[in-house]
Amino acid sequence: MEPLDIANKIREKFPLDVVDITSFRDQVFVSVKSERTTDICRYLYEDPDVSMNFLADLCGVDYPDKKFRFEVIYNLYSIKHNHRIILKALIPEDNPTVDSVVPIWNGANWHEREACDMFGIIFNGHPDLRRILMPDDWEGFPLRKDYPLKGKEGVEYRGFEELKELHTHDKEWSIS
Amino acid sequence: MKNNSEVLNNTESVRLATKELTLQLGPQHPATHGVLRIVLDLDGETIVKCTPYVGYLHRGVEKLAEHRNYLQIMPLTDRLDYISSMSNNIGYCEAVEKLFGIELTERTKFIRTIVGEMSRIANHLLWLATHALDIGAMTVFLYCFREREKILDLFERLCGARLTVSYPRIGGLKNDVDPQWLDDLYKFTAEFPMRVDQYETLINKNRIWLRRTKGVGVISAEEAINWGLSGPALRGSGVPYDIRKVMPYGAYDKVKWEVPVGKNGDIYDRYRVRMDEFRQSNSIIRQCIEMLPEGPIMADAPKFILPAKDKVLTDMEHLIHHFVLITKGPQTAPEGEIYVATEVPKGELGFYFVSDGTGKPYRMRVRSPSFVHVSALPKLCEGELIADIIANIGSIDIVLGECDR
Repeated sequence: MEPLDIANKIREKFPLDVVDITSFRDQVFVSVKSERTTDICRYLYEDPDVSMNFLADLCGVDYPDKKFRFEVIYNLYSIKHNHRIILKALIPEDNPTVDSVVPIWNGANWHEREACDMFGIIFNGHPDLRRILMPDDWEGFPLRKDYPLKGKEGVEYRGFEELKELHTHDKEWSIS
Repeated sequence: MKNNSEVLNNTESVRLATKELTLQLGPQHPATHGVLRIVLDLDGETIVKCTPYVGYLHRGVEKLAEHRNYLQIMPLTDRLDYISSMSNNIGYCEAVEKLFGIELTERTKFIRTIVGEMSRIANHLLWLATHALDIGAMTVFLYCFREREKILDLFERLCGARLTVSYPRIGGLKNDVDPQWLDDLYKFTAEFPMRVDQYETLINKNRIWLRRTKGVGVISAEEAINWGLSGPALRGSGVPYDIRKVMPYGAYDKVKWEVPVGKNGDIYDRYRVRMDEFRQSNSIIRQCIEMLPEGPIMADAPKFILPAKDKVLTDMEHLIHHFVLITKGPQTAPEGEIYVATEVPKGELGFYFVSDGTGKPYRMRVRSPSFVHVSALPKLCEGELIADIIANIGSIDIVLGECDR
């Protein structure tokens, strides 16, 4: 199927939940309300004509100036039919939650953990939502636009501070 | 007195008492192929639970990319999968070119295909060397490095670097290939299949190898797709999904080659797929050299592309153009979002760009195959023996540089 046909199919099935359909360089992006994302994903997974069995990618994007600050991008591909569609779940800043799609695609597990780690988006029903690339006691969400590139001015990672205290009198392993 | 078979039968029927313990594997263990830490809950020597921990090599490539222009991101992509940096460069360039709408020249497509397949061979050689070493085959390790050195020597002659090459450029290549280099590469491809036969002679009928790999770490086709596996890890389960075939780029649609596919989805089949890829890549390189068209290596898109080096050194206009592009980068990019995937040796490498029209990406997402493959490690390992986790890590061919980004 052509990506635009898939997008129209989604709109027919979920007319109240599709916010926008855009296309760029032959790729089609469907923006949807975050409350129904899982239902739409399950429909795309189970419908034999669409059969999106391969979750190529899942990631977050931060738009501080938009009404919906976060977007979660679901990059869906069908190995059976060789077609792709990209869903965008619109998520507000005051309630950055969306249902997990791990029950549909196991491969979403770590992608969702990363989106939570980097953007602070909570995935309801995720089996093990912990930080993944950053240490467990890291403060802040590095890929948000308001997070400075070099970290917060004058603030050093607490784990490193503790390490320095531990080795204050250690001449052999001096790290000051 | 009991005979031996009676004793054996009795010991098999009695289950030895086991002890439960938690074992930390890594992050400095040599068999974890990098800084991967795995916490294993064991019952005797059976793995009950396997929890991988990643992030020890996290350098924030995606964050860095948001603060650099499109030309400056190239060196970052080298350091993702540092075993096959050429493929990463090509993946990045293909994505940016599609975003910018740049059409490559025919010669560039062929040369990129050649160096991409060289990179695949170099990657699989290192994979086979370390995978075999993990399982205990020392000779294969030495043989593979012998051939890998030849490829790295060719890379060095081509662009001056062996590991982090940065050879492709947005819209083309750093420099053209010379006929002597092509001749030497052609000679290498003439002898390489014989070398692959040698590796197989050492391994294929080795009873230890077969017992350690056949029927171990099995994942079915449906599960492999559901977990998001790609590349040889997916094809070993019998799914003929290869981006070079289904969404061709470069010159892959102009040469004859086949997608090697396994059947059982075990470690042995993943090994067989990669061994067949050696031969296919070798054949692709030979065909590309034979069919290599003449012509320019840079596309016609002066807004984004660095001018030719010889012109920069002789012409003021080109020098200024070069200076502006290096210091400020492309000033504009089309506004939009795009996901472009390429087939790197480890699987599907995807770049997802959000462009806001400026010269820097608003968001660059790297979909790295290793990240997904490590996430599927518990599925492969749980219920197996502790010795098999080493073989399993080797079979999915991970590099933590691109896993942690």
